[in-house]
Amino acid sequence: TMKGLLVLTALFVAVFGKETFEGDQVLRITARDEVQLTLLKDLSEMEYLQTGPLCWFTTDLPTSVDIRVPFTSLQTVKAFLETEDIEYFIMIKDLQVMLDEEKEQMLSSARATAPRTSDDYDYSNYHTIADIYAFQDMLVAENPNLVSKIVIGQSYQGRPLNVLKFSTGGTNKPGIWLDTGIHSREWVTQASGTWFAKKIVTDYGRDAALTAILDKMDIFLEIVTNPDGYYYTHTSNRMWRKTRKPNPGSSCIGTDPNRNWDAGFGGPGASDSPCSETYRGPKAHSESEVKSIVDFVKSHGNLQAFVSIHSYSQMLLYPYGYTRTPCKDESELHNLARKAITDLASLYGTSYRYGSIINTIYQASGGTIDWTYNQGIKYSYTFELRDTGRYGFILPANQILPTAKETWLALMAIMEHTKDNTN
Amino acid sequence: MDGLLFSDLTVWSMDWTLLILLVVPTVVHGNPTVTVRTGSGPPVGSNQHPNSVPLSEDTQTTTEVREVVVEEVMMTGMLNPSHYPARRAATVVQHYLNTRYGSPYRWIFLSKVHSGSAEDVAEMRKYQLELTMQEIISNVSGQCSAELLFPGGEGQSAPQVQASCEGLLQSNTTAQEEAFYQQHRASNNMVSGNDIPDSYGHMEPNMKPFWHLGGVASSFIMLRESNESTLYNMAQVANFTQLETEKDQLRVNYHVLLHEMISQEIIHWKLLVTWSPEQGVQVLQTELQPKCHNCEAPPNTTN
Repeated sequence: TMKGLLVLTALFVAVFGKETFEGDQVLRITARDEVQLTLLKDLSEMEYLQTGPLCWFTTDLPTSVDIRVPFTSLQTVKAFLETEDIEYFIMIKDLQVMLDEEKEQMLSSARATAPRTSDDYDYSNYHTIADIYAFQDMLVAENPNLVSKIVIGQSYQGRPLNVLKFSTGGTNKPGIWLDTGIHSREWVTQASGTWFAKKIVTDYGRDAALTAILDKMDIFLEIVTNPDGYYYTHTSNRMWRKTRKPNPGSSCIGTDPNRNWDAGFGGPGASDSPCSETYRGPKAHSESEVKSIVDFVKSHGNLQAFVSIHSYSQMLLYPYGYTRTPCKDESELHNLARKAITDLASLYGTSYRYGSIINTIYQASGGTIDWTYNQGIKYSYTFELRDTGRYGFILPANQILPTAKETWLALMAIMEHTKDNTN
Repeated sequence: MDGLLFSDLTVWSMDWTLLILLVVPTVVHGNPTVTVRTGSGPPVGSNQHPNSVPLSEDTQTTTEVREVVVEEVMMTGMLNPSHYPARRAATVVQHYLNTRYGSPYRWIFLSKVHSGSAEDVAEMRKYQLELTMQEIISNVSGQCSAELLFPGGEGQSAPQVQASCEGLLQSNTTAQEEAFYQQHRASNNMVSGNDIPDSYGHMEPNMKPFWHLGGVASSFIMLRESNESTLYNMAQVANFTQLETEKDQLRVNYHVLLHEMISQEIIHWKLLVTWSPEQGVQVLQTELQPKCHNCEAPPNTTN
């Protein structure tokens, strides 16, 4: 019917040569008897009134008809109806206003189904992997001089592992790595990663701090780090955490990608049972989702910061998870973490704890940032985003934007410090 | 790799005393935990409690090769409020408070750990904590002092908790509870629901009190199952079905998903819950559901 109305409107415009229906009204007129029927038929045949032919609702009496009365004829028609005591009712007070509203509604519902630009994308909602991958391509297409997409590998089920590279040019500039969604059930992280991507392109050239960072360094962002798991959380099990690679000899599927790194691998703080949520995998880097990042990091050779984002618990963590031995940069990382979470709290008062993984949350072996730190990437951090357990993994969508925005302040603190401490 | 022990030599950074840590494997069925006890007294010249672990001086490393989830070093003395031992104990207090005071309109969550200490008492572990708790429906916070006893030795029994709070229970829930009770006590319209919240964190407003009630009821299980190596939250109400009111108590069957943070497992429980404004929440039956590895049901995907 929407399309029908538009066609009709176009027809009206064509037929009557009008560009607008401003002030036109639609009246519902009720004819009580044959006399009134005849009077109204005569009215409709007066061309200058432009009411058009009448289509009565029923063949019995009383009956009604809706007519569009052009603005210029309104006074005449109403005077006639009142003189003849013919009942009428104003259905539409201003046809143009109504058409404009309907057009607006149509556009916005079209936006909800398939955004055509990254400005139309709904950042305040959770999205499927298809939506996010389409978003990535849109962002690249809209910002060809700033954003490119690197496919660093494939998931177990063959999905591309996409990394967005934000760069102002140059070769082998120092880099900052951000990843979200390595544990697929932590939906606020992929949603935040999407917002971060848009934030970067929006702020480059407008925000002095972010511009300074990108002039000196590249930012790499992997939004859906565990795509097979993410797909599975949409289609089968909202609480799925691991990869989706089968384990030979077991009916249990998947490896915990945050226990699969070659740092303390095999030690306490991970499970050697395939059925466990913290299964470390058959060997370090057995998962392609992990190996692809390992290969990327090694071949890049100049990453200065590595931030892996999880939920929930509201924490900012630095190495180590596999040992109580403090990392050698603990003092600096601790102080930077303090600054970052202070900045985070400044927005909405959200309170974060911070410290090494093993002290703050639990012992965990084979973790991402333990490996990256041991590779020499000093500013290696893990976030645990909102909340602290009330909703947990199923954080309401209306908390996505506040979470992304406050987290961004912490990320900026880390990235700025990295930039200031990088040659 | 059972029975393989390592001794580790650790040097306190502050002085020259060697601290030899003996690893004592403790076989506790269902929850393997390694308890480390120091083999000698405080280092000479140290101003600090021997077992406190100040941030920059933490150099203890122990390993035990066995099929355990985690290796725990049991902190004794003043606890760092940011670190996990105090946090886990504080969460147990949260569960306890909900079993005592929770209702469809009263649900309590840990807000902040101010201070804490732990000590060995006979075979048990005793914690003392100063906390802020928050009742999240009315947003009222209160200060609480709590004492917990985690039983040691073989066999798993629930921790014992004592807590006194100021200002936490201020909100007047009487009218809402009474209205909810009257609305649902009649037998002609049994309520049920599933996936609360749904995948997107949403639930219909009339489901909210049942969500709260499920959380409070889950606290009975979470309290009972807690120890120093666990941290529980209710992840979701998978479904609930109201049964006929009996003896003036609303009765509801729940299937809940609990999230255990250290193992990261999602644990399914069924519970039979009763409630009335006078009697409060009671859990009559609990039943652990086996983990099913290949029987996923499609989640509720309503927006």
